[in-house]
Amino acid sequence: MTSEIAVKMTGIVKKFPGVVANDHVNLEIMAGEVHALLGENGAGKSTLSNILTGLYRQDAGRVEISGKKVEFNSPRDALNAGIGMVHQHFRLVSTFTVAENVVLGEPDSSLFMDQKAVAARVQELSDRYGLAVDPSARIWQLSVGEQQRVEILKVLYRGARILILDEPTAVLTPIETTELFKTLRVMVSEGRVVIFISHKLDEVMAVSDRVTVLRGGRTVGTVNTHETSTTDLASLMVGRSVEFNRAVRQVPADRERIVLDVRDLCAHDDRGRVALESVSLSVSPGEIVGIAGVAGNGQRELAEVISGMRPITSGSITVDGESVQSGRARSAIAKGIAHVPEDRLHTGLAAGHSVEDNFALKNYRSMSRFRILQRQKIRDQSTHLIERYDIKTPGSETPVRLLSGGNVQKVLLAREFSASPKVLIAASPTRGLDVGAIETVRERLVQAADSGVGVLLISEDLDEILSLADRILVMYEGRIVAEVEAAQADRARIGLTMGGITT
Amino acid sequence: MNSNIFIIVIASAIFYGTPLFFAALGGIFTERSGVLNLGVEGTMLIGGVTGAWTCLHVGGSAWFTITVSILMGALAGGLVSTLLAFLCITLKTNQTVAGLSITIFAGTVGLSSYLANIWKVSRQPVPRPIRKLDVFGLSDTPIVGPILFHQTTLTYLSWVLAILATIYLFHTRIGLQLRAVGESPQTADAMGINVVKYRYVHTIFGGMLAGVGGVFYSLAIVPLWVDGMTKGAGWIAIALVIFGFWRPSLALLGAYLFGALQSLGSTLKARNVKISGDLLDALPFFMTIVVLVLVSSRFAHRKLGAPAALGVPYEREER
Repeated sequence: MTSEIAVKMTGIVKKFPGVVANDHVNLEIMAGEVHALLGENGAGKSTLSNILTGLYRQDAGRVEISGKKVEFNSPRDALNAGIGMVHQHFRLVSTFTVAENVVLGEPDSSLFMDQKAVAARVQELSDRYGLAVDPSARIWQLSVGEQQRVEILKVLYRGARILILDEPTAVLTPIETTELFKTLRVMVSEGRVVIFISHKLDEVMAVSDRVTVLRGGRTVGTVNTHETSTTDLASLMVGRSVEFNRAVRQVPADRERIVLDVRDLCAHDDRGRVALESVSLSVSPGEIVGIAGVAGNGQRELAEVISGMRPITSGSITVDGESVQSGRARSAIAKGIAHVPEDRLHTGLAAGHSVEDNFALKNYRSMSRFRILQRQKIRDQSTHLIERYDIKTPGSETPVRLLSGGNVQKVLLAREFSASPKVLIAASPTRGLDVGAIETVRERLVQAADSGVGVLLISEDLDEILSLADRILVMYEGRIVAEVEAAQADRARIGLTMGGITT
Repeated sequence: MNSNIFIIVIASAIFYGTPLFFAALGGIFTERSGVLNLGVEGTMLIGGVTGAWTCLHVGGSAWFTITVSILMGALAGGLVSTLLAFLCITLKTNQTVAGLSITIFAGTVGLSSYLANIWKVSRQPVPRPIRKLDVFGLSDTPIVGPILFHQTTLTYLSWVLAILATIYLFHTRIGLQLRAVGESPQTADAMGINVVKYRYVHTIFGGMLAGVGGVFYSLAIVPLWVDGMTKGAGWIAIALVIFGFWRPSLALLGAYLFGALQSLGSTLKARNVKISGDLLDALPFFMTIVVLVLVSSRFAHRKLGAPAALGVPYEREER
């Protein structure tokens, strides 16, 4: 390993409406190393790499490549500077062949492309780096692992010296992962630089030379991989515990009974891949069960399956012994399941509709006579809920999208609670809210539990789970990999299991 | 022999199909870049009225006048589609709404009729119409004479364009990159292709071809300007883009099929065949509806190979 600095990013700031994705991030990468960028979802890894590849422009900060300051206005500039990115969601044209994808955007002024020469060059690269793929195959015919190889070939073909891989192993089988790591080692042995973005601790330990940890948009630190351990990395990633207050519960959970029982649940994600693998869990009346984990490990699918929005492939869901029909939201509602989805303005509410209409979305059947809506009844319900849940809105007829995030969430909670549910599924209920609103939402969840509702709280915010839940389950790659009583929970331990380390 | 009804129908199908093909080819370029142009009808009318005005006002040899008229029609079509491109690409408006607005704004009760009014070109026979040529003096050859050797210059030009467009789209680097922009602008952008530039250039060029199609109406088919004279040809062209699976060669065949339907009425009437003329006139539009209904489901669109990003504005900093 030479000591030449290949990439230096200093004081990078990038803001998006409502979020500071990168808050004065520093990153220094040496030539010839695999440098891991570790952090939870939302830590700012992807934003940082999108800045380095010219897709985003930083609001402040300085980027240097091999000691020279660079300004990227587009991905083309970054490519010309030798930076190539393998995106988590592939950037491939599925109707094109491998060779056609590889030559896209190539700065070559010739009118026609020499298909044979391209195929030969692709073949040569794939042999050299162990990236087996047929240059004449069309992308849609390839497996996900093969498609990723095409992504890597693409950046190598363009002569990239610095390769960024965004969560490359998320879509790979273990064998493919091992193959990929070999390829990465070949690349760095030639003096290239690999930036490996991940939240999987064991993989970071296995493949990287150094690790930079990001948390909440900030750099936490850079360490040499051989001088650290998964435990150290986990605590850097999730943060040293700030003192948090356990929520005060008026009524303890009734652990003798079970209200929500989920058995051997399996389901697919949108792409048809297995998202849930034999998940079993139960929630007692008045209990808050927290599901911890890094986003994308099946939590969203779990919430959707229980609330009837996604069909199950096998397994069962029962509420008070009565089974919920697979993929039938109405059945879930009838059995007493309330759902606060993570995407409240798209899945939870009709953003353009008024507050009162959103309240009526779930119980409109009881708000109508001869299938004609009774406006007065809807208005009365709305006035009552606005007052009871302290929703700040100009009026009952104001479109929900005009309300602040906290009040939007209150509208959703009011609607879901007013149906007097037995079970509440809350997915990231405080994400994107301000401190005051977070407090209110948490209080409401605790109140619901106190009144005997079984609450399943899905959150990426470990602090939130630690302070609210009675029992904590950790999800990793579609399975429940750990279960602990909140009282005995060890933060670092949970951080490890979230990163896929089970001891 | 050459007065055989089939030969006449085929020959006039090619004649009537020519403007449809120009507009459809323009639509193929536009849609291949991912922009949906529902403003074709309005664009054709603007092209048509501009061509008629130019023909009435520019002197010189017939050849010169007609060439300048066609170029002016193309220019006018290009200007109209520049507006569409600005709405769809820069302002990222809903492309369906933008296209419909263009057609309403430029169409029959809009700009094209207004221009015809102030330019005083309405129902003024153009002095130098586009005439059918007698190529190599072969127009009387049995069967192939009327079909292949007795057509207009624009028809012959359209055949050359069909070949060039096929080569451009499927065999050149720029064509490959254009299709990438229409299929996956994210991919194209990440590979350093200027998505906005590609979309602008092809939307404007597509509008220019639609303008030429309009000129064919006012200089060849009638040949004088009548308000709203394309009578929905723009909509047929949009159906043809789909009907031809976004391929120039198939669009050419489709254009001639629709051209046959359009010419059938007058041909049969001339032959004293007793059949409702209104019914025959309605035939192409009936076919258009059938085609559009058949292919308008998202599923069918995908199956037919529509550009995956068609109608979707591209935004880079999405979050």
